Amino acid sequence: MNVREKASGDTLIGKRIPKMDAPQKASGKTRYVHDINLPGQLHAKILRSAHAHAGIRSIDVSQARSLRGVHAVITAQDLPFQRPIGVAKDHLPLKRDRVRSLRDEIAAVAADTEEIAEAALKLIRVDYEPLPVVATAEDALRPGAPALHGEDLVCVNRNGTTEVVHRAAPGNVAMTFDYSQGDIARGETESDAIVEDVFWLHYVTHCCMGVSGVIAEFDSNGNLTLYSNSQVPFLHRREFGELLGMDPGRIRIIQPPIGGGFGSKLDIYPFEPIAIYLAQITQRPVKLVFTREEEFLASPTRQPVLLKMRSGCTKDGILTFRDVETVHDNGAYTSWGATTPFVMMQTISSLYRVPNCNYQTRAIYSNNPYAGSFRGYGNLQATFAVEAHMDRLAESIGMDPLDFRLKNAQDPGEVTPQGMNFRTCGFKDCLRIAAERSDYQRKHRDNVARWRDPDPIKRGVGMASMLHVGGGAKIYQSDGCGTILKLDDFAHVTLITGASEIGQGSETVLAQLVCEELGLPLSSVTVVNNDTDVTPWDVGVHASRTTFIAGNSAIGAARKAKDKILAAAAVKFDGKADEYDLKGGIVVDRRTGNGLIEIDKLIRSLHFSEKAELVMTTFYYEPPSQHQDKKFKGDVSAAYAWATQVVEVEVDTRTGIVRLLKVNAAHDVGRVINRLGIEGQIEGGIVMGQGYALTEDLIVDHAVVRNPNFRDYKLVTAPEIPEMDVSFIETMDGEGPQGAKGVGEAPAICVAAAVANAIYNATGVRITALPFTPERVYRALRGQAKPPVWDVGS
Amino acid sequence: MSATVDIAFTLNGVETSIRVPVTMSALEMMRDALGLTGTKYGCGEGECGACTILVDGATVNSCLLFAVDCDGRDVVTIEGLAANPLGERLRASFVEHGAVQCGFCTPGFVMQSHHVLTKSPHADAEEVRRGVEGNLCRCTGYKKIVEAISAAERVG
Repeated sequence: MNVREKASGDTLIGKRIPKMDAPQKASGKTRYVHDINLPGQLHAKILRSAHAHAGIRSIDVSQARSLRGVHAVITAQDLPFQRPIGVAKDHLPLKRDRVRSLRDEIAAVAADTEEIAEAALKLIRVDYEPLPVVATAEDALRPGAPALHGEDLVCVNRNGTTEVVHRAAPGNVAMTFDYSQGDIARGETESDAIVEDVFWLHYVTHCCMGVSGVIAEFDSNGNLTLYSNSQVPFLHRREFGELLGMDPGRIRIIQPPIGGGFGSKLDIYPFEPIAIYLAQITQRPVKLVFTREEEFLASPTRQPVLLKMRSGCTKDGILTFRDVETVHDNGAYTSWGATTPFVMMQTISSLYRVPNCNYQTRAIYSNNPYAGSFRGYGNLQATFAVEAHMDRLAESIGMDPLDFRLKNAQDPGEVTPQGMNFRTCGFKDCLRIAAERSDYQRKHRDNVARWRDPDPIKRGVGMASMLHVGGGAKIYQSDGCGTILKLDDFAHVTLITGASEIGQGSETVLAQLVCEELGLPLSSVTVVNNDTDVTPWDVGVHASRTTFIAGNSAIGAARKAKDKILAAAAVKFDGKADEYDLKGGIVVDRRTGNGLIEIDKLIRSLHFSEKAELVMTTFYYEPPSQHQDKKFKGDVSAAYAWATQVVEVEVDTRTGIVRLLKVNAAHDVGRVINRLGIEGQIEGGIVMGQGYALTEDLIVDHAVVRNPNFRDYKLVTAPEIPEMDVSFIETMDGEGPQGAKGVGEAPAICVAAAVANAIYNATGVRITALPFTPERVYRALRGQAKPPVWDVGS
Repeated sequence: MSATVDIAFTLNGVETSIRVPVTMSALEMMRDALGLTGTKYGCGEGECGACTILVDGATVNSCLLFAVDCDGRDVVTIEGLAANPLGERLRASFVEHGAVQCGFCTPGFVMQSHHVLTKSPHADAEEVRRGVEGNLCRCTGYKKIVEAISAAERVG
C-alpha cells in the first residue's frame, strides 16, 4: 500500500470494537490481585465479631502469637494511633472496646500460610459483654433504644494530643437530607387525584466474581505500595495517608485488573488498613484475600430503603406534587450508601416535571451490615417508587400510562427547580421508541382486559424510565481527569490516563477516541491506567463518568499532539497547519486528500533534527458542572442520561413465579462510541436489575446475614435471561466526547420498577416491596401479603 | 500439617508428579502449587463455575475435587486450551462477541463451553444456555456469552 491508499482511514466511532484486554482474559493469562504473589509474602486473616452488638472486655492473643508460622497478631491495642475510615469517619478498622455488627474486625494475623493464619484466629480469646441488638431502623428509632454511636469517637494523635474524630449521634441518626421545591400544600389543592404508598427496597450485594483482596508492601525507605482493587485510587491514596500519618505522595496504588466493581470499591474497608498495618509491623509483603462467605458478610450492600410517597396530578394528567420521606437503615457504620439521597432526590424532583416536591431522608444506625455505593446509587430505589406512582396516577384519571408520562416528561433545554440543565434530552424519544418496539399500549390494554380470564398464566407489560448523571457528577470540588500522551518514533501511542478499568471497557473506548483524533489504528495504542506513580489524577470510576470525563481528557491530549504533528508538517511542506490532517497513519493534504508522509516518519524527522523534539502532551479535563449548594441545588453534571425500559412478564398465579420474558430498552447515550461495549453494558445492567427485581435477596435477620453463599443468594443464570432489544437514542451531546454521555449505571435502574408495573398489568395486584419472589407474589395475589408499613415516625 | 500423598497425572498434555496434602483441593493445587492461575476461585463450594477444569473429558468444579483425586487422570485447565483448536475458536469468539468484561468468570465459561460443544457440536441457543447454567457472570448478562459459544460452534 502506498501513502495515498493508506490515507483513507475509516472512523472507529460507533463500530463494534472488541475489548483490548479480552484476549488475555479469555486465555486465563490476566493476573488479578488473587493471582499475584510477591517474594517473602505473608498471608493475613481477620477475626470478626461473634456478636452483632457487644462490649469487648478483653482480647487474649498470646496463644495465637506463639503459634509456629505466625509473624504478627494485631488488635486495636497495638495501634494507638488508629484513625477512622468511611464517609462519616465513624469506623475504626480494628474495634477497640465495642463491636456493632457481625462483620466487625477484632484482630488480624499475618502468617506464612493462610492455613496457619486461620489456625491462629481460632486461638484468639475474646471476652464479650453482649448488648441488646438493634435489628432494624424502626428499633433504632424507638425511645430508649441503645445509642450505637452514643459517645464521641476520640483518637490519639501521634503528637500525644487527643481529637474528637466523630461526634456522638444521639437517637441513632447518622445523616439527614432535606430538599424541597415549590409548595406541597398548593400542589395538593390543585390535585384531582392523589396516591400514597409505602415501599420497601431490600438488601442486595454486588457479588463481584473476584472476591476482595489487597497486597501491601513497604520498601526500605518507608514507601508503601498497594496492589488494590480500588475504584478511586487517587482519593484513597490521600485517605490512606491520613490513616497512616504518612505523606500520601509516598503511597503508590497499583491496580491489577479488577474482577468486578459496580461501585463496591469506592470506599476503604477495614481489611485494607489492616493489611497495611500488618505489612508495616512485619516489614514483609502481606496479602489478604476474602473467602466468598467473607465477601457476603463483610462487603457493602445496596442501600435498603423504607420509602413513603404521596403524589398528585390534575384530571388532565399534569403532575402537581410529590412528597417523599425515607428511612435508610445505615447499618453499624457510615459508607456511601448513606449519601444515595443525592441521586434519589434527582429522580424524585426532576425525572418528570413536578412543580412542588419535598424529599426527606434519615439514615439510621443499626447493628446490620452497612451499605455502600452500588451501580445506580439510590436510583433503583427512587425510580421504583416514582414509576409505580406514574402508573397509579394514570390509572386513577383514566389515562394511558405512556401518554401520561409523555405529558410530564422533560424536554431538551429544561432547567429543573433543582438546577439541572438538560442541554440534550432524548427522554420522549426513549418513551416513544421503547413503547413502539414493545407494542406497549396495545398489550397494556389487552392484558387488563384479561384479568378475569380463567387462565392461571397471566401476561403483563410494564414501563419505567430513568434520569441519571451522564457527564460526571461534581460531588467533590473537582470532577476532573488527567491524561499524559506520548507518541514514540514508530507513531505508537502510550495513553496514560487517570481513569481505572474495572471491566467496563474504558480502556478500549479511550483508545478509540485517541485514534479518531490521530488517524491511527487501534493496534497503535497502549493504555496505561493502573499505577498512581505514573498516571495523572482522576476522581475515580463512579457516576458513569469515565467515557465522558476521561474521554474528553484523552481527546484533549490527542488534539495537542495532533497540533504538534501538523505544525511540523506545515514546516516540512511549507504550508499552514490547518491545511493538513491525519488519516490512516498518514499526514494528508486536507484539500486534495492526498497522502504526504507517514506520521512515524514525520515524528522521527522531528526527533532527529537540530530542534530535537518529542511528541508528548498532557491535558486535564474539568467538566463545566457545578458543586451543589447546601440546598442541593446546582447543575451537578455536564450531561444527563435518559432511558425507558418496557418489560414483559409472565406470572403463574398458581405458584407466584414471575418470569421476565422480554426487555425493550431505549437509552439516550448521546452517541455510541463502541457498539459492542455499550450493548454489553446495557445487557449486563438489565440482568443485574432482573436479579434485584426477582431473585436476589440478602436476608438480614436480627443483624445476621442468613445466606452468605451463591446457593442461597440467587444470582440470575444464563437460562433465565430475557430477550433483550436495545435501541440507542443519539442526541449528540455538545459537551460529550464525540457526543457521548455516560451509560454504565443506567441500564440497571428501571428493571425492578418496570417489573412491578408489569405484574400489576398482568394481575391487577400492586406489590410495593422487593424482591418479587414466588412466595411474596403468591401471597400478594391472595391478599395475604403484609405491605410495608411506615412505623418510623417522622 | 496434614498427611501428604504423591500423585501423578497428565496436566495439559504433560506428565506431572507432585506431592500434595490430602486436604488440598485441585483448585489450590493448580493455583498455589503449580502456578496455573487461569483457574479462578469464585466461591469454593461449586456454585459459580469460575474454577471449572476438564478431568477425563468432563468438566468439574476444581474447588470440590481433592487434588489427590487427580491421580492417574487426564486434567486440562484453561492454560491447556492454548493449543486446542476448539479452545482457540472459543477464545476468539468470546473476544469478538464482547463476551468478556471483567473477565474473572471467563476462563470457567471457556472451559464449560468447550465441554458443551464437544458433547454437542451443534447445540442450539437453549442447549448452550442450559450448558453454562452452572457458571455465574455478574457483568455481561450472559447474552454475549451465549452468542459467542453458538458462533464458535459454527466456525467448527
